[in-house]
Amino acid sequence: MSTERRRERIDRPIKAVTDDIFCLSSMREIAYLVIPRILPIVGLLLLGFLVPTYWRKVIVITFIMGMMALSWDFMASCGLTSLGQALFFAIGAYSSAAVNHYLGLPIYLSIPLGTLIGAIISTACIYPALGLRGIYFSMVTLIIPLMLMRVVETTGILGGTEGITGLTHFPGMFITTTISMAALWATFFGLRRLIDSDYGHIFVALKDNDRAVEASGLSIRWFKVQAIFIGSAICCFCGAFMTHYYMSVGMSAFAVDLSIFPIAASVVGGMGTLAGPLLGAIILGPLSEALRTFGSFRVVIYAALLGTFIVTLPEGLFPYLARKYQQIERWVEAPGGISED
Amino acid sequence: MLVYGFINSVILMMIALGFSITFGISRVANFSHGGFYILGGILTWYGLIKLGLPYFLSAGLSIIIVGIIGAVMYRVVLVRLRGLELSEVIATFSLGIVILELLRGLGVFGYEFRNPVFIDGSVEIFGVGVGIQRIIIVCAGAVLLLILHVFVHHTKMGLAFRGVAQQEHTALSVGINPDQVSMLSLAMGSIMCALAAVLILPLGVISVDEGYDILIKALAVCIIGGLESTLGVLVAAFIIGYIEVLTSMYISSSLTSVIPLACMLVILLIRPSGIFGKSKEIEERV
Repeated sequence: MSTERRRERIDRPIKAVTDDIFCLSSMREIAYLVIPRILPIVGLLLLGFLVPTYWRKVIVITFIMGMMALSWDFMASCGLTSLGQALFFAIGAYSSAAVNHYLGLPIYLSIPLGTLIGAIISTACIYPALGLRGIYFSMVTLIIPLMLMRVVETTGILGGTEGITGLTHFPGMFITTTISMAALWATFFGLRRLIDSDYGHIFVALKDNDRAVEASGLSIRWFKVQAIFIGSAICCFCGAFMTHYYMSVGMSAFAVDLSIFPIAASVVGGMGTLAGPLLGAIILGPLSEALRTFGSFRVVIYAALLGTFIVTLPEGLFPYLARKYQQIERWVEAPGGISED
Repeated sequence: MLVYGFINSVILMMIALGFSITFGISRVANFSHGGFYILGGILTWYGLIKLGLPYFLSAGLSIIIVGIIGAVMYRVVLVRLRGLELSEVIATFSLGIVILELLRGLGVFGYEFRNPVFIDGSVEIFGVGVGIQRIIIVCAGAVLLLILHVFVHHTKMGLAFRGVAQQEHTALSVGINPDQVSMLSLAMGSIMCALAAVLILPLGVISVDEGYDILIKALAVCIIGGLESTLGVLVAAFIIGYIEVLTSMYISSSLTSVIPLACMLVILLIRPSGIFGKSKEIEERV
């Protein structure tokens, strides 16, 4: 009999029975659990406030993109895979800009209002497509932003091709960084708590088995509407924030790279984990800034990265790293050749 | 108007046919359709202008190359992702973007990028002057549809195609290799896409943004018609084709691309599975 070897994976002995009960017996073991949770928060705090001004701008953009990725991941976990996340961004950006420009409301009113109005409009736009599932939904979400872009372009409403300029700016860089970072963590922990709650289980069930949801006497469509509302509200906030950050809004809010970035971040980091997209955004954000000189090749690199990851590491970086961190791996003899477990 | 609506509809049909064939057989939604379309056009242009090949040789070569790319895409990328719809979509979408944005980065923009028409001149039909290129498109569209029908219904391979489309496992058990059929279906879809590009692009300028437009038009036609039905594609192409022409005549020519999409949303609201797509109503839609 040929002896082949297989890789055996054993959980580190610190874990007892379930995933969230641990036996801790030393500071080292406490550190083992605490450090991966504290490190990103402290790391981002230090990064956000200590780096030079130019890179601070990059970090703010990264935070916002991280929120977009989180929102994409949340919607994807509800079975609503969107290929047009730019739609929500643009709607949020335009509604906040309109509120600020035409009604003259101050910035601390226009961003929340823009978020709320934007989320309502986005939900209304997506509503016809909510009867669809899987790739059919993706196809429609790909179409809608381009359609709205044409509408804005041809009718000339909301500034047409030039967009709206001269919006109120944030009072200072410190506030900008603080708001974006607070919003990022609020989104992350909020969504994680939401997904883990009973209410959130319904959203996950929409993806896994929507007929079970219907059989439980819950309306699929109504819960999809809620999922879209939550997801799009996050993106609308990003849009509203970025409009005021750039002090203008234009056709570029509908651009393809805004749709492709959240997907790329989620796929690179690991879909359906929430922490994964965040990790992906933190890697891809500065990377895309570094690639800025390449112009349109930037999108090529994104897309190529996306394709490579989905073929070679479909689970994503975060689950991969988490596995490496939490399990001991060793090679053992496997008589007859058993596949990896 | 009647004549132009007809021609417009045939153009839409040719654009959508490749997408619908691939999806109907292998269930792969090829989101790199727009990329393949522009690639077909630009390869023809390159062969014709830069390498000085004869027109038909260069067109034929580019069609074959795009077909091979489609098959390779299946063999290298998609075969690992079979069944994971989401991953398939993301993979093909990203490949399409790679093609399009790469071409944009290489400087495909402007009036120099245009293929000449096959035969210059125009004839008069019902009192309307129509360019010969458009006549060729209509004829080619009709021939293509005919060939497709004969191929699918009267050849052994067409039977295999239909078998895989209906039930992959049963097809496997009677000795059809679904992977091979799916690969061929992708190659076929890509070939049709490139063929459409070669025929239609001489009417305008090759531009990268056109690639996104083409993808959207193909999707709109397929969604309205019902994704797995060729008849649906035909009918939907005619509906959208005429709506586009009517819009540009009576409302505003700048809204031509918006109204059909708005129609699509309305149709989705009323009949989520499209006009002719009833077979998979329960499976694919809620």
